[in-house]
Amino acid sequence: MKRHLLEAADLDRADATLVLDTAAQIESALAGREVKKLPTLRGRTVVNLFYEDSTRTRISFELAAKRLSADVINFSAKGSSVSKGESLKDTALTLEAMGSDAIVVRHPSSGAPHRLAGWVRGSVVNAGDGTHEHPTQALLDAYTIRRRLGRLDGVRVAVVGDVLHSRVARSNVWLLSTLGAEVTLVAPPTLLPVGVGSWPVQVSYDLDAVLPKADVVMMLRVQLERMNASFFPSAREYSRRYGLDALRLAALGDEAVVMHPGPMNRGMEIAADVADSVRSTIVEQVANGVSVRMAVLYLLLGGASS
Amino acid sequence: MTVLIKGARVLGGDPADLLLDDGRIAAVGGRLSATGATVVDADGLVALPGLVDLHTHLREPGREDAETVETGSRAAALGGFTAVHAMANTDPVADTAGVVEQVWRLGRQSGLVDVVPVGAVTVGLRGERLAELGAMADSAARVRVFSDDGHCVADPALMRRALEYVKAFDGVVAQHAEEPRLTAGAQMNEGDLSARLGLTGWPAAAEEAVVARDVLLAEHVGARLHVCHVSTAGSVEILRWAKSRGVQVTAEVTPHHLLLTEAAAASYDPVFKVNPPLRTDTDVQALRAGLADGTIDAVATDHAPHAVEDKESEWAQARPGMLGLEQALSVVLETLVEPGLLDWAGVADRMAVRPAAIGRLDGHGRPLTPGEPANLLLLDPAARAVVDPAALASRSRNSPYAGRELPGRVVATFLRGEATVLDGKAQK
Repeated sequence: MKRHLLEAADLDRADATLVLDTAAQIESALAGREVKKLPTLRGRTVVNLFYEDSTRTRISFELAAKRLSADVINFSAKGSSVSKGESLKDTALTLEAMGSDAIVVRHPSSGAPHRLAGWVRGSVVNAGDGTHEHPTQALLDAYTIRRRLGRLDGVRVAVVGDVLHSRVARSNVWLLSTLGAEVTLVAPPTLLPVGVGSWPVQVSYDLDAVLPKADVVMMLRVQLERMNASFFPSAREYSRRYGLDALRLAALGDEAVVMHPGPMNRGMEIAADVADSVRSTIVEQVANGVSVRMAVLYLLLGGASS
Repeated sequence: MTVLIKGARVLGGDPADLLLDDGRIAAVGGRLSATGATVVDADGLVALPGLVDLHTHLREPGREDAETVETGSRAAALGGFTAVHAMANTDPVADTAGVVEQVWRLGRQSGLVDVVPVGAVTVGLRGERLAELGAMADSAARVRVFSDDGHCVADPALMRRALEYVKAFDGVVAQHAEEPRLTAGAQMNEGDLSARLGLTGWPAAAEEAVVARDVLLAEHVGARLHVCHVSTAGSVEILRWAKSRGVQVTAEVTPHHLLLTEAAAASYDPVFKVNPPLRTDTDVQALRAGLADGTIDAVATDHAPHAVEDKESEWAQARPGMLGLEQALSVVLETLVEPGLLDWAGVADRMAVRPAAIGRLDGHGRPLTPGEPANLLLLDPAARAVVDPAALASRSRNSPYAGRELPGRVVATFLRGEATVLDGKAQK
């Protein structure tokens, strides 16, 4: 493994598989234990540096670090020196001077973790940067698919919705194709990036045509602000053309699963009964997120030295 | 001051001596002599007219921590310039006779280059109503170039009025061509790479749409239009078409758009963030070809100094802009002269003669012949050096060429016969 996890596009097949296998080992090591804790990162300090609100990702990383016995500092940009104008670089150097070994960073600007990695000696984990990447989300998605379907090679994954603004979609495109899955992006043309033609994916504007062939349907959250920016005419039209409801669920093959990175807009991109159906892996994804993030922290901080 | 330059190759021709006296070129020929003259050995050096920049940000007044008229002038002189147009997006904005005269006087005080203020087209660069263009034209600064650079005059009716109005004093509107509705939040060139990096794209069409609109307006009202920092192959095509129709349009390209591509953005290092953004290799080739065939009239630096804290940040938070004055000639040497796209006369034409003509500057961009003002530079084309930002004269350090080896070294610059640079060192 490299020193940082900045993007899924950086991961080769061996490294990605190592993360997934390590997550599986960690999960089985902890299974059935009353105290869900390993001593691996005792004495190490992990900082969660969050410039954007994200309760679920922050808690997931916090839990992962704590289960590895690391000390965890949660640093929210709101109400901190950052709100007084301190730069990202100064913040990072301050945290490092206080002895952080790894910085988990969530930031609204694409590339912020890359900048950070150039300024600090410790490891940097990208917990979501702008519209760029969210590599641990893709890893936990891949982990979930592998657990459900038993494989990733040749699995047909439809990623549906606001690909243009989605770091989850980008990370999944790179990681899943590295791991041998076949990805189809499904969205209105306004929500697909101009350069999507060069990505290792199929592109479709027609959800109904894609569903019968999909092993996995990964729904993306539609942000409310897109609805007023002419990316599509109305929430109603979007929902009709690209929403996953019970009727569309029935078009899926018997083994196919439905995923969503959360938080969901129930009734918009995904119907409530679909989100709660047995096909849905949404709750499972959250649980798997902790194992995968433990694996990442372990490999970046503990694996080499232990 | 009398200066005798021995053995310079004027526009790359055969070695000749140049005698500078009383601010003018007194004689050009073989084996000249002059009693008491300062002798400059120019063996192997190329003599060119002093360069003229149509597009410099000197940051004074307002951001003297990034650059001052004096530090920017020194950088310009070291780059071989004898005149620079100082852009209007200062604080306060150069939208009144008072501010343009202030900048002009600061330039006179530094005495390193002629600082020619550009006046804002609209009050406060807000694109709402015309600034007092006539008052700026009539001021001591004699403003002839008007630009809201950094902002596009996006309102077509206002742009039409500006083009028409400046005809009264032979002015030109220099447009920053960018349709703002197409570039909201834009961070880099829109395409494969922006999609991958998750940086909002600045589509080529946002520039081309405004260039196309403006050449039609300029043709309709019979006015002079200048297009700032052209960056796309499509814009070059539109300009070629407009010129073939006889539209009074001129255009400039920056050194960085001639050398660098969007690939530099993959580092997320904001030193490469610039507006308009670095484009694709196809665009770069079209810009070089456009400059070589004269479709693009001039090289202009868009020298944009920024303080460290404005660049050492996340990409999205960083201010756009790059330093350009000190390496401009080297970049032109690398991208056009060495590949054989432009000869030395061509360099003089695109970097001195035409920019001076566009800005209606008397005394600059003149041939190196007896009787002309002694504004010239001496270049060692054989020298090569790695760019070290710490060694630059600019107060800022945001050079996109840091660590890159570039050809050519400006050995001397003369402004009206006075050496502003000698042996590669500024004289003030």
